[in-house]
Amino acid sequence: MLDTVLFYIFALLTLGGGILAITRRSPVHSAIWLITSLLGVAGLYLLQRAEFMAGVQIILYVGGIMVLFLFVIMLVNLDVAAKEKRYNSQKWIAGACVLVLIVQALWFVAEGAGRFKLAQATPAGAADGLGNSEQVSRVLFSQYLLPFELASILLLVAIIGAVVMAKKRI
Amino acid sequence: MSPITTNHYLFLSAALLAVGTIGVLTRRNIVVILMSIELILNAVNINLVAFSNQLGNVNGQVFAIFIITDAAAEAAVGLGILIALFRNKETVNADEVDILKW
Repeated sequence: MLDTVLFYIFALLTLGGGILAITRRSPVHSAIWLITSLLGVAGLYLLQRAEFMAGVQIILYVGGIMVLFLFVIMLVNLDVAAKEKRYNSQKWIAGACVLVLIVQALWFVAEGAGRFKLAQATPAGAADGLGNSEQVSRVLFSQYLLPFELASILLLVAIIGAVVMAKKRI
Repeated sequence: MSPITTNHYLFLSAALLAVGTIGVLTRRNIVVILMSIELILNAVNINLVAFSNQLGNVNGQVFAIFIITDAAAEAAVGLGILIALFRNKETVNADEVDILKW
């Protein structure tokens, strides 16, 4: 019962924040609403017992990426852009792109959730008394060790790329 | 109220993906376009964590961590490009960046 109420609260935060983020005129307001949306997603992770993901979401997205966004909004002068019109003329293309998703969603609501059968958990994959962070770290540092190291190279490339791009002379 | 199932999360994820797609395609401000991409990546993460919970297997969460890494790298490089663009063209409007258009 409490789970259900919390899910709808967090879902409202996530979706409402997202919709407001893409419709506000000022990019700063967009960023604030996007932070609301990201916090809602962190709450959804907590509801699914993915505590590590919730922590990563708050520290990295809200604390890192969104602060970076706000800094860039501060650096580039957006006064002119704030007065121009917000949307371009692609709304029909956008509508066509999400039409499939919308039809699917309506069908989902019409049929009810019981119609859809998902794969069930295998007994071997069930948790063996470890916390969420321990489980994630075990998988991350054994099965996915190579992708983990490659991710560090990706981050290095991104750091160098960002520094080169933001330099005075390219 | 009925209990929350994985289907609810999938539905929410699809809705968030639609919102992000509309943002990417319709907004003119590049900063907001980058934010919409973050929304799309978050929709993917909700999906992955929901299936991870459904299957009792943390591999999905590990994938979500890799996607967050990608999102951080993408935001850093994207905003760096935006700053370079603003320095050269004095605009953040995606429609005015059309040198490659013929």
